[in-house]
Amino acid sequence: MRYMMLMYSRETPEGPSPEEVDYLIKTHGALIAEAKQKGVLISVEGLKSSATATTIRSQDGRAVVLDGPFAETKEQLAGFYILECRDLDEATEWARKIPTSCKGESGCIEIRPVADLPRPPGAA
Amino acid sequence: MGDPRAAIDAVYRAESGRITAALIRYSGSFDLAEEALQDAVAAALTHWERDGLPANPGAWLMAASKRKLIDFIRRARTRHEKSSTLAHEINLRAESQVDDLEPGLDAYPDDRLRLIFTCCHPALNVEAQVALTLRTLGGLTTAEIARAFLRPEATIAQRLVRARNKIKEAGIPYEVPPLDQTAKRLQAVLAVVYLIFNEGYAATEGESLMRSDLGAEAIRLARILRELVPSDPEVIGLLALMLLHDSRGAARINVRGELVPLEEQDRRLWDQGRMAEGLECLDLALREQRPGPYQIQAAIAATHAHAREPGATDWTEIASLYGELLRLTPTPVVALNHAVAVAMSQGLEEGLKRIEWLGVSGTLDEYRLYHAARADLLRRLGRRDEALRAYEQALVLSTNRVEEAFLRKRVASFS
Repeated sequence: MRYMMLMYSRETPEGPSPEEVDYLIKTHGALIAEAKQKGVLISVEGLKSSATATTIRSQDGRAVVLDGPFAETKEQLAGFYILECRDLDEATEWARKIPTSCKGESGCIEIRPVADLPRPPGAA
Repeated sequence: MGDPRAAIDAVYRAESGRITAALIRYSGSFDLAEEALQDAVAAALTHWERDGLPANPGAWLMAASKRKLIDFIRRARTRHEKSSTLAHEINLRAESQVDDLEPGLDAYPDDRLRLIFTCCHPALNVEAQVALTLRTLGGLTTAEIARAFLRPEATIAQRLVRARNKIKEAGIPYEVPPLDQTAKRLQAVLAVVYLIFNEGYAATEGESLMRSDLGAEAIRLARILRELVPSDPEVIGLLALMLLHDSRGAARINVRGELVPLEEQDRRLWDQGRMAEGLECLDLALREQRPGPYQIQAAIAATHAHAREPGATDWTEIASLYGELLRLTPTPVVALNHAVAVAMSQGLEEGLKRIEWLGVSGTLDEYRLYHAARADLLRRLGRRDEALRAYEQALVLSTNRVEEAFLRKRVASFS
């Protein structure tokens, strides 16, 4: 079963410090290496800050382009992993290892099973 | 020949958890397992009415459920030729496994253990854990659970559907957790059982203070757990705790349906058999020398049990046990109980000082027992006006009519 791990973390206006960036590169790097080595990594990406987000919202049948993320919350979507796991317990084990924020303290990981939808013809 | 309906009910009560657990393992589906068992029960009624009770009704029901399950799986297979969606529900190893089955009920003794760990999985919310445990392991009907928790049947049904869907869709495993996680996961299981007991023992809502069915059900679940996890003294400690509390059941409510506090209870009404069993369980648990919160709470209940009259209660021992409990589980509620025990052993003033100190943070403002405990100490100290105000605060927060009536009586005694 594929699981998507959505990383939410607290953003600061000044962004992460050089030490925090170092920490993130190191911990994510180790985790990605481990997931690759065990053959469970399907995909992983980090996102630029929510200040760069644009939302397209459908209003009265028109698509309206808005500045900013969909929800004004303290914790913002910061990136995701997609891993192939046997069950939720295995997914949880992986999720525990994901560093959740620049401060290493706040933030959370939401685990969502990926739905098996039929692929359009020709899609990989 | 006995009445088949009554026989079915008894067999169902005793065996449904075991049968459901096995059927889920074969099929990987809570829904199919439940459907198969329900069909088997219907078949049993017909057969047993006609032919009389089989020699081993439990084994009969297990075998019939398995046959129904095989039917479902075969039918789903046939449909699978046309559409692949249903096939996902079914563990593909299932059919051969079911065919290979021996008739013995205990072929896989830990099926029920898998079941309870799955039902109490931390990825399910506590309400879902409780409903699922009672439904699948306890064999209660949706209507019975709804009645016990004073919720509409549709609400409980919805809860069960959501829980089963989440297990299936999110891939919650059907297995006993690995050893390094067993202790922590077992805590969640024990918490669910104790929650069921407490709901039965001191219902937080509604007319009746005790809903003894839930209490009895929790004790039955704990007995099953004890059989399944004999190595953990907290399991038997929880059983001891519940038996000891349950033994006071008849004395806790008087003939007018009013709540009777521990020190005013007629101790001759305490169920000596239950109490003896509770004390025996506690002894067995303590012999392991691995104390935990349930064993300590059981030891507190046992100290009360040993007192033939309220005056003989060893409050010093109780205060020291609460001190130990507070060290393991430092919650305001435990601290409150500790303070009450201190009041009873070291003096009312000292206890009241501790209670009021606990109240400073404000976290207990909405907790009715904080106000009730404070009121009780003030009453004992003869500080009428303050006691009255504290009782009134407790009254505002109470959601149980029997408890309300008790508090009202206390208030009335001042005028």
